[in-house]
Amino acid sequence: MKRSTIDIWVGAFVVAGFAGLLFLAMKVGNLASFSTDATYQVQAKFANIGGLKVRAPIKSAGVVVGRVSSVIFDNESYEAVVTFDVDARFKFPRDTSAKILTSGLLGEQYVGLEAGGDGVMLKQGDRLRLTQSAVVLENLISQFLFNKAAEGKESKDGK
Amino acid sequence: MASAPIVEIDNVSFGYEAARPVLHGVSLRIEPGSVVGIMGQSGCGKTTLLRIIAGWLKPSAGLTRVLGESVRDLDSDGIFALRRRMGMLFQFGALFTDMTVFDNVAFQMREHTDLPPDLVSDLVMMKLEAVGLRGAAQLMPSALSGGMARRVALARAVALDPQLMLYDEPFTGLDPISLGVIARLIRTLNDSLGQTSIVVSHDVEECFGIVDYVYFVSAGRIVAQGTPQALRRSAEPFVRQFVRGETDGPIAFHYPAPDYAADMEGVGTPSALPAGPAAHG
Amino acid sequence: MAEPAVLAALRHGLERIGHAAAAKVWRLGFAARFFVAVLLNSGTAFRRFHLTIREIYFAGVLSLIIILVSGLFVGMVLGLQGYDTLQRYGSSEALGILVALSLVRELGPVIAGLLFASRAGSAITAEIGLMKATEQIAAMEMMAVDPIARVVAPRFWAGVISMPLLAALFSAMGIFGGYLVGVKLIGVDEGSFWSQMQASVDVREDILNGVVKSLVFGVAVTWIAVFEGYDAPPTAEGVSGATTRTVVTSSLAILALDFVLTALMFTGGNGK
Repeated sequence: MKRSTIDIWVGAFVVAGFAGLLFLAMKVGNLASFSTDATYQVQAKFANIGGLKVRAPIKSAGVVVGRVSSVIFDNESYEAVVTFDVDARFKFPRDTSAKILTSGLLGEQYVGLEAGGDGVMLKQGDRLRLTQSAVVLENLISQFLFNKAAEGKESKDGK
Repeated sequence: MASAPIVEIDNVSFGYEAARPVLHGVSLRIEPGSVVGIMGQSGCGKTTLLRIIAGWLKPSAGLTRVLGESVRDLDSDGIFALRRRMGMLFQFGALFTDMTVFDNVAFQMREHTDLPPDLVSDLVMMKLEAVGLRGAAQLMPSALSGGMARRVALARAVALDPQLMLYDEPFTGLDPISLGVIARLIRTLNDSLGQTSIVVSHDVEECFGIVDYVYFVSAGRIVAQGTPQALRRSAEPFVRQFVRGETDGPIAFHYPAPDYAADMEGVGTPSALPAGPAAHG
Repeated sequence: MAEPAVLAALRHGLERIGHAAAAKVWRLGFAARFFVAVLLNSGTAFRRFHLTIREIYFAGVLSLIIILVSGLFVGMVLGLQGYDTLQRYGSSEALGILVALSLVRELGPVIAGLLFASRAGSAITAEIGLMKATEQIAAMEMMAVDPIARVVAPRFWAGVISMPLLAALFSAMGIFGGYLVGVKLIGVDEGSFWSQMQASVDVREDILNGVVKSLVFGVAVTWIAVFEGYDAPPTAEGVSGATTRTVVTSSLAILALDFVLTALMFTGGNGK
């Protein structure tokens, strides 16, 4: 086989391989969306983060505005300290609340930001005051059973 | 001008395993410019001797000097440098099957020199012309007959004009015409390029026709040496048997076996054959 | 001293096992030294890159057909089976995620690796083994050319370079196959197929890890292929045995390494 023919085929092969990789990265993965834009960091404390993981999305009104960058346990307040990387394009008021929500019924967990009404915006290093922890299924069930038992007792007393 | 021998082997012993030596105290000298034959039966150790000269095997005892270097003391770089001054023709040519005849002959020039392509092409054509295969330059090795392949391999081996040429059974399996061609090429190349050649073979007629001196090897020892004429007249039993091709002599016809009658009674394995040189042991 | 037959047989059996095990360990050590020798002698493979390019053609380009066709079929089967299972839980929109993650994380590197081992790996082993059997390697050594640098190293690096590319192409074809079956044939919503996939497949965690896996597999498969070829006995049975060993050992190595890498990448290392 002539050397030039081989070179052409190998070149085509390498180009195709990289095109495949690019296709995977852009069309299949999430490279197109959130890459290396400027971000600012904000913290929040939660009593229970449930299944929240690093790199989980931070959404507001359902749109991804940032990523969780770290999760640490605070040994003094016995709470979880979560650090967010928020896209610098989006500014949120100081009294914004953060909730840990689940996407779908049994999906992965993410942080939902609900903007407050304060005129002053969050800056780098600020801490969100209003947080709501993740819903833990066991607590939900025991609460449900407790309520059911209380109802039953009431109606029995009422009779 | 007294010149040192190209190859000097002094009391060399070698064994692939320590318990079974293949060569016992072998000594020989190869004078520059000569064609020397190393002859003997298959398995007598002559190919091993060739490999020791080429630096592939390290002898367990004795001195080996090739082209002025003591082979035992060389590291792998030294051995590679030594091999640049040697050429070897393998039994079946060993051409690179994925390149043309031209590329095969050009191999050493391209690997070891920075010669421009035109010069390389000229040299390749010269070497191919010397072996009579210039017209086959663009063929692939699979398209060549055995004799032609060996000639191309010869052209490849002498591509950089080595001082020492080693031939490993060059006459094996060739038709009479190709035999004559190869034999003539070995001699003329040796003389015209000022080389020294060592031919390992068991073909008495062809070998005796071109060599200046012969060493006979049997069971790892040199049993006889001399010029072809002297050896033809020799009365030494092994030499006579070998030169005349006699079936029985110092080299027995039968492989060592127990008593024939005992084997024929069917006492041992059922594979006892009626007659012939089958190995019973 | 007479030994009862059973004891003798037992002792003999143990001896053979011990001998076989020792031989395997020795061979592994030899293979490791060979690997280091290939790495150290790789300069020629890069300085005269056309040698490596030639081997990339024979190992990579000629494997393209089988990789692309297999990828397509695997993706299509994933689409069918995935849909069948997901629609029982009303989650058929997750088909895109299922197909993409299965391929990118696991099936792409692994199956492409297995196919590469059986096609290109065995070819490399046979080639090197035959060169050794016909004394071409010896001839090269006699001409003062190091066969490891000239013959082995280019083939090794060609395998390492080709594997990730082939795995990526396998995954891409597979996703396309899943799309063909899921969206075009069955009727899963095209928008949610792609959008859910894009939301769940992470470039660093999934795609990059898949590439790392295929690189590791490439090193393993090609190392085994060149070693078995170089170490093959110079006979017809020797070379054929070596090619069989290449395919078997490479396949086992891929599956074992896959387990180790998956454990490292996708479970323990992830999530807090």
